[in-house]
Amino acid sequence: MDLIAQLEAEQIAALGKTIPDFKAGDTIRVGYKVTEGTRSRVQMYEGVCISRKNGKGIAGSFTVRKISFGEGVERVFPLFSTNIDSIEVVRRGRVRRAKLYYLRARRGKSARIAEVSNYKPLDGAEA
Amino acid sequence: MRSGVIAKKVGMTRLFMEDGRQVPVTVLQLEGLQVVAQRTAEKDGYTAVQLGAGAAKAKRTSKAMRGHFAAANVEPKRKLAEFRVSPENLIAVGEEISAEHYVEGQKVDVAGTSIGKGFAGAMKRHNFGGLRASHGVSISHRSHGSTGQCQDPGKVFKGKKMAGHMGAVRVTTQNLEIVRTDADRGLIMVKGAVPGSKGGWVTIKDAVKKKLPENVPFPAALKSAAAPVAQAPAEEAPAEGGEA
Repeated sequence: MDLIAQLEAEQIAALGKTIPDFKAGDTIRVGYKVTEGTRSRVQMYEGVCISRKNGKGIAGSFTVRKISFGEGVERVFPLFSTNIDSIEVVRRGRVRRAKLYYLRARRGKSARIAEVSNYKPLDGAEA
Repeated sequence: MRSGVIAKKVGMTRLFMEDGRQVPVTVLQLEGLQVVAQRTAEKDGYTAVQLGAGAAKAKRTSKAMRGHFAAANVEPKRKLAEFRVSPENLIAVGEEISAEHYVEGQKVDVAGTSIGKGFAGAMKRHNFGGLRASHGVSISHRSHGSTGQCQDPGKVFKGKKMAGHMGAVRVTTQNLEIVRTDADRGLIMVKGAVPGSKGGWVTIKDAVKKKLPENVPFPAALKSAAAPVAQAPAEEAPAEGGEA
């Protein structure tokens, strides 16, 4: 392992986060820490994960899309951000793409994603 | 004025801070950084320290250089560089400098040899705009355009920005912030990018345009000072492991 990979592995261990097993198509709920003035609270953001980028490493990120007041909203979260309080999988979707950018052009019925009926948890992975 | 250090660029990564920030950092490593020679006002007319870093094979070091390293009683070094210091900040020959030479939050200037781009056009080399995509322009969409006037002056002025060799020159990036140091492994993490490719040598100096913090060690953070008698063997072992 080269030094950079070693440093990144150490940092992941030090952050001590448990990332649930999820992929594009899954509906997830992200608890994001918001600081207002001096007070800090956790804001929930729920939507469909439409992309995961750069794997499980320290540089990993994922995009969550939801329809908010009739307007499509997308947020990109770094996987290991210290601002993320929790990631929770609400529903597992069956999709045939790794990136669901086609959802941007769709609305309503055609933007639905079927649920996975036979989900098997990964070995050694929680959730 | 205190000495700088020679470091090897390891690569880039990111750090997630407690307050939610994520900081892009370049990881620089000190490899057996030792003082090889001193320059003094009496002998050389100026004061400086010559530092050496990295391990070179004795077999591939020239006889003259082997003599130079033998005089300092240090292993042959891969890279040598001189740093001007004020006379009170001279460091004894053979002393090893540790990564704690810099403190977190301090600003530094990092110099290295930038990645060579070969023969580059004016658009890439000087950010020229190029010519239009249509309206009669043929073949020369990425050309530089006119290079001057007419019969008077009848020449292209010297220094005209044109296509040519780009990169592979010494570049200094100023005011980079030290985010973290790791003395055990000799790592210095600076915020942002540093000139040069991975595995390249860079020199780090205290920023010339920023005030030096008060808690920086003078004349340098030395491994001999950090580890007195008891810890000395323990300090030596990881340092040698890093060199191998």
